[in-house]
Amino acid sequence: MQDHDDNQKDAVRGRRQFLQCMAWAGAGTLWLMKGGVLQARALDGLAGDEAADASFSFVQISDSHIGFHKEPNPDVVATLRAALAKINAQPDKPDFLLHTGDLTHLSKPEEFDTLSGVMQEAKAAHTFYVPGEHDVIGDNGAEFFRRFGQRQSSGGWYSFDHRGVHFVGLVNVLNLKAGGFGSLGADQLAWLKKDLASRSAETPVVVFAHMPLWQLYPQWGWGTDDSAEAMSYLRRFGSVSVLNGHIHQIQQKVEGNITFYTARSTAYPQPAPGKADAPGPLKDIAPGSLQTYLGVREVRHVRGKQALAVTEEVLA
Amino acid sequence: MSGWRAWLRALALGVAALGAGPAAAGKAPAAKVEIKHFAFAPEVLTVTAGTRVVWTNRDDEPHIVVSAGNRFASSKAMDTDETYATVFDRPGTYAYFCSIHPHMVGTVIVR
Repeated sequence: MQDHDDNQKDAVRGRRQFLQCMAWAGAGTLWLMKGGVLQARALDGLAGDEAADASFSFVQISDSHIGFHKEPNPDVVATLRAALAKINAQPDKPDFLLHTGDLTHLSKPEEFDTLSGVMQEAKAAHTFYVPGEHDVIGDNGAEFFRRFGQRQSSGGWYSFDHRGVHFVGLVNVLNLKAGGFGSLGADQLAWLKKDLASRSAETPVVVFAHMPLWQLYPQWGWGTDDSAEAMSYLRRFGSVSVLNGHIHQIQQKVEGNITFYTARSTAYPQPAPGKADAPGPLKDIAPGSLQTYLGVREVRHVRGKQALAVTEEVLA
Repeated sequence: MSGWRAWLRALALGVAALGAGPAAAGKAPAAKVEIKHFAFAPEVLTVTAGTRVVWTNRDDEPHIVVSAGNRFASSKAMDTDETYATVFDRPGTYAYFCSIHPHMVGTVIVR
């Protein structure tokens, strides 16, 4: 029991340190999560042992916005290609990719066509998708789910197990209410509760969805109305990683054993919360620096531990 | 009894106005709502019955005008500088929002 308390204290200290480190975290930093404590490592300094420990890895990409053609990125196809090339060049091949939504800018069939074509350049065997609000315009996602859905449920949400880790793909961009935020809805929450009920608390869980599953910045609508209910089902697990997109920048938060991450876009950055009049494409960036704002995220599962190591990589 | 007649007359007028809506769009008085910085301006617009309301998206992000409670036709996704217009024939308070950025809300009051 004493050990447990000490561990808890260490965990709190580790989290505090982690949050302090966020000030300088950027490209080429590896995040190791071990029993809720995160440790920063320079990517270059990644010990061979640690890489060898990884039983598998996967990569998150997000917010490709195919169809967007303005400043600061008139060629979002090229930057998505660059992201995939970067992933393909990894010495340890990821088992699969996760795309956390906003594949397209306006849900147009030709935009989905382009996205599908470019994604074939990925060497990874499979890509799992969840929709962003830009992917469900006009048809409540019918076209998106027809092309990219897993067909496990009528609502489009799904789960799967991969080498001991439970993955859950959620949909929080449909049936949005006036004045509200992202929404999971009663049906999806009931499904999630049931999906998680039979899992042991030792199972590492990765939850992915487009909009942030915490109230990141309500003034700009960056949150999900009923995410707290979903988190109440996840709290008993020892290691939960929540991966989101939507805000085109890295933000992180630790809440008990749940760590929340938002990803960079492969298309364009958005301003930090409150640092502009409104969200939207960040145009005021130094010429030639766009690629430092774009990136992909690699996640390694460490063998024999309840741990996921998160690496951020920019395209530059 | 007179109340019943008045209601019937209002209904008849309403139906007539509804029928005239699209055809009379060119002649209808117009009011504008600008969509900028993820907000509708003005947030509350008051017009007389028969007014054509025109929304223009000035953001680099697409927006969609959707009636809360489906009381008027929704727009398609409006890209930068695209517009959407509809005629409000019947008095009432029409709340609307952007279905992809639902924290964006506005109201059209028709007198």
